[in-house]
Amino acid sequence: MTSIACDTVIVGGGVVGLSIAYGFARRGDRVAVLDEGDVAFRAARGNFGLVWVQGKGAKNPDYARWTMAAAALWPAFAEELAAQADTDLQLCQNGGLSICLNQSELETRASELQALRTQLASNYPFEVLDAKALRGLVSEVGPEAVGAIYCPLDGHVSPLRLLHALVTGIQARRGTLLPGHTVENIIPRGGEFEMQAGGKRFSAGRVVLAAGLGNRALAPMVGLNAPVKPVRGQILVSERIKPFLRLATLTVRQTGEGVVQIGDSKEDVGFDDSTTIDQLAHIAHRAVRCFPKLQNANLVRCWGALRVMTPDGYPIYEGSAEYPGAYVITCHSGITLAAAHAGPLVEWMLGRARFSDIGGFGAERFHV
Amino acid sequence: MTTRECDLLVIGGGPAGMAAANAGAALGLKTLLMDEQMQAGGQIYRNINGVSGHLGALLGPDYLHGRELAARLRGSAVETHFGTLVWEVTADREVSAQKNGQSFRLRAKQIIAASGAMERASPVPGWTLPGVMNAGAAQIALKSGASLPAGRVVLAGGGPLLFLVACQLMDAGAEITAIVETSPAANLLRALPHLPTALTAPAYLIKGLSMMRKIRVAGIPWFRQASALSIDGRQQVEAVRFHSRGQDQRIAADVVLLHHGIIPNTQIGRMLRIEHAWNQGQLCWHPILDSWGETSSPGIRIAGDGGGIAGALAAEASGMIAAYGAAYTLGKITEPERDRGTAMMRRLLDRHRRIRPFLDALYQPPEWLLQPSDDVVVCRCEEVTAGRIRKMASQGCTGPNQTKFFSRCGMGPCQGRICGLPVTQILARELRRDPGEVGAYRIRPPLKPIPIGSLAALDSTTTTGDDYGN
Amino acid sequence: MFKRMQSPVAPEQDGFELCVDGTPITAQNGETVALAMLNAGIVPFRHTAVSGQARAPLCLMGVCFDCMVEIDGRLVQSCMVDARPGMRVTLLTGARDIGAAE
Ligand SMILES: Cc1cc2nc3c(=O)[nH]c(=O)nc-3n(C[C@H](O)[C@H](O)[C@H](O)COP(=O)(O)OP(=O)(O)OC[C@H]3O[C@@H](n4cnc5c(N)ncnc54)[C@H](O)[C@@H]3O)c2cc1C
Ligand code: FES
Repeated sequence: MTSIACDTVIVGGGVVGLSIAYGFARRGDRVAVLDEGDVAFRAARGNFGLVWVQGKGAKNPDYARWTMAAAALWPAFAEELAAQADTDLQLCQNGGLSICLNQSELETRASELQALRTQLASNYPFEVLDAKALRGLVSEVGPEAVGAIYCPLDGHVSPLRLLHALVTGIQARRGTLLPGHTVENIIPRGGEFEMQAGGKRFSAGRVVLAAGLGNRALAPMVGLNAPVKPVRGQILVSERIKPFLRLATLTVRQTGEGVVQIGDSKEDVGFDDSTTIDQLAHIAHRAVRCFPKLQNANLVRCWGALRVMTPDGYPIYEGSAEYPGAYVITCHSGITLAAAHAGPLVEWMLGRARFSDIGGFGAERFHV
Repeated sequence: MTTRECDLLVIGGGPAGMAAANAGAALGLKTLLMDEQMQAGGQIYRNINGVSGHLGALLGPDYLHGRELAARLRGSAVETHFGTLVWEVTADREVSAQKNGQSFRLRAKQIIAASGAMERASPVPGWTLPGVMNAGAAQIALKSGASLPAGRVVLAGGGPLLFLVACQLMDAGAEITAIVETSPAANLLRALPHLPTALTAPAYLIKGLSMMRKIRVAGIPWFRQASALSIDGRQQVEAVRFHSRGQDQRIAADVVLLHHGIIPNTQIGRMLRIEHAWNQGQLCWHPILDSWGETSSPGIRIAGDGGGIAGALAAEASGMIAAYGAAYTLGKITEPERDRGTAMMRRLLDRHRRIRPFLDALYQPPEWLLQPSDDVVVCRCEEVTAGRIRKMASQGCTGPNQTKFFSRCGMGPCQGRICGLPVTQILARELRRDPGEVGAYRIRPPLKPIPIGSLAALDSTTTTGDDYGN
Repeated sequence: MFKRMQSPVAPEQDGFELCVDGTPITAQNGETVALAMLNAGIVPFRHTAVSGQARAPLCLMGVCFDCMVEIDGRLVQSCMVDARPGMRVTLLTGARDIGAAE
């Protein structure tokens, strides 16, 4: 069996893997992305599409900074991708809302963000809106909404179009995408890595593990550690309706197609991506309380998807000390961080940026 | 909302569902039957309780046979819920349904899904134009509302139903301008080896021949082995184009009725993620069932055409057999009782299935229908063309769940009912793989769109503030 | 696009009225809204939200969703709903305006 050689193999064709692959391809690497088949656990295809800043890193200023940096890189990133793939990514970063249905929720959020602002000692923009101010911004909110946090850095994007554009961009740079190629093993050999997938053999000088929940099993093969576990989220989508929601909110957003997405739960249920009526009904109910007119909209589809969660919820960006050239990349907010993953993160793996530039999210924090 | 319980829930009130429910109740099971339609009958016996004597006579004895099933259902202990959409079924046999805009939940010890069949999509150029319908739609209009397509009607496609609809419309007074048969010549050769088996149950063949004679006697222009079928029109149908008798044909029309056979409706089974197999003879998916109709999900059975196309009488038999299987599992009858009670049904089932291989081969849709040209819309809801699907295949999509994600193909309100098969077949061709490997859409609830408020009303949790991102 | 059969025995019943985009049409007992609209010559039923294409029923059995209309504020498949006196049907052009909640 001859092996297919390339500069960088990315294991995992979700949004994290494709952002990184795009980043390497853009810098001239020959990349190959190995991914599973038509049906797999794919957070990248089940997510909510928020490019979200507010509340991120409320207890970890490094993560807050990293998220803000990523959000700031998004407009240029989206423009570049759109030009290549000839498709509008429907990026809209005109601010986002966390609508609160009771006063104590609003107060908790406000004081958390206030504490973060103090810690960051920099401009961390947000506003606490009372019911009236909220209604002034989004007239469709229901009487139960007591207020909201508004953050001008927040936004949303179409995850479908993002993925499609990344694929187009990678292929345009002679990158190879190989779905149906589940990586079974990785063998470090003489400074290179050999992999077996889909009955073929691959070799590369660099391997980036971006396999989401699959990283847990793959990382030890190259002397790394990725203690990730699934956290299920359930999402509802409606028929296409006339635009009514100008801003994204944490739980309800309207896409460029007019579809309303409603999310999402956080459930620790293992590898089960099914939906449950109890959760769906709860999510739907909350959405209707925020926006009463949604009760008339038809629900077309619901799904469950598994988030990739580290024990503390922050990313893991780590290079193997034992086998230089091997990296494990894992995070939960792959859409928000996509621009940073294609940019600074790839720069770091190429040795052109410092670890501190990318937040310093090593896995050693889990070695206790 | 309290959750109700029953022994047997039957989903669908066609021949399979009515027979299953009747048998279940007779065997002492607390049985519920739900159907989205407002009346019993399913597709074939539509409006069987309300049809006028004149129309009933016109539709014939095969149709009127349904009266007996429906009457038995009325006289049975089955609790019927018409106008009730089952929109979710879980492997634990928890069911969510909606009636009069309100959702409710129930739990069943056994479920028989008898959700029937639908017509295969005929994605030809122009098929989205108003005035293009499935042939079955015209039959439904006739049965349920004594209505006929107005103006010049052209029927195009192949299969027994095409001829049946043609005859029924003719009898009812429609103006049929032409029949355009698309079955390729090679089909006949492929069908011939199955003829001896078909002849052992000759009733179907005799019916078929008499329909064809009727059409011929009526002198309706009848084009065979047509290809390159397309429909012209700006705002609505104006004409049908095709190639036949060695030349291009164009026939003016007001209504075009397409038909290329029927296929099982597998939405419920796909939602449950039960095992399915690709049926190369019928070019469609069917669920894998044991001899009592049970799927790979314990306690969930499928009866009737939803389990594989075999027609109304076979559906009736399979419904009864599934009910006996359910009653046995629930300990209501012994094994000998079950086997004795269904012996005759099994013989009937076998007899009704004998014609299928012959018909499947004879009316196998032509290759050009399965591989539409690049500009033809395949997903009607999201308006995704065949060309776009081919392009996605070249971009690395290996199955319909990936093309769905890239293009929204199959994400519209019909949830992939129409485009599911064509997308699988186009991808299979592009990727040079078997459709069985390419796979099918994963179906998620709700089975059909419901108002968000209807779901929200099921919320029983006390609402507190939700936590938010880290 | 459709017409009612002439029955030699039972003369056409009187029927009842429903409103489509403000215009009354006559339906017969037992007809679905879709069939009543087809019999009244209403074409198309809707214009798609994707490109504005004109559509009318394909299947009349609840599969294709090309018969979707709004009835009394709800988006439904008109082929799955029986016509009732006084119904208010709205045809859709593009995405739906879900209006104010009741
Ligand atoms: C359009 C059409 C026309 C046909 N015409 C003829 C004919 O003239 N002669 C002939 O011999 N054969 C005909 N056939 C074939 C014949 O209809 C079938 O062989 C027979 O009806 C199969 O019976 P069934 O009980 O399996 O399904 P069906 O009769 O289709 O009954 C299924 C029922 O399930 C209901 N249902 C489905 N999903 C749900 C849900 N989620 N919740 C609630 N209810 C649900 C449907 O509303 C339907 O009433 C036709 C088929 C089609 C599609
Ligand atoms: S006409 Fe197809 S769903 Fe009503």
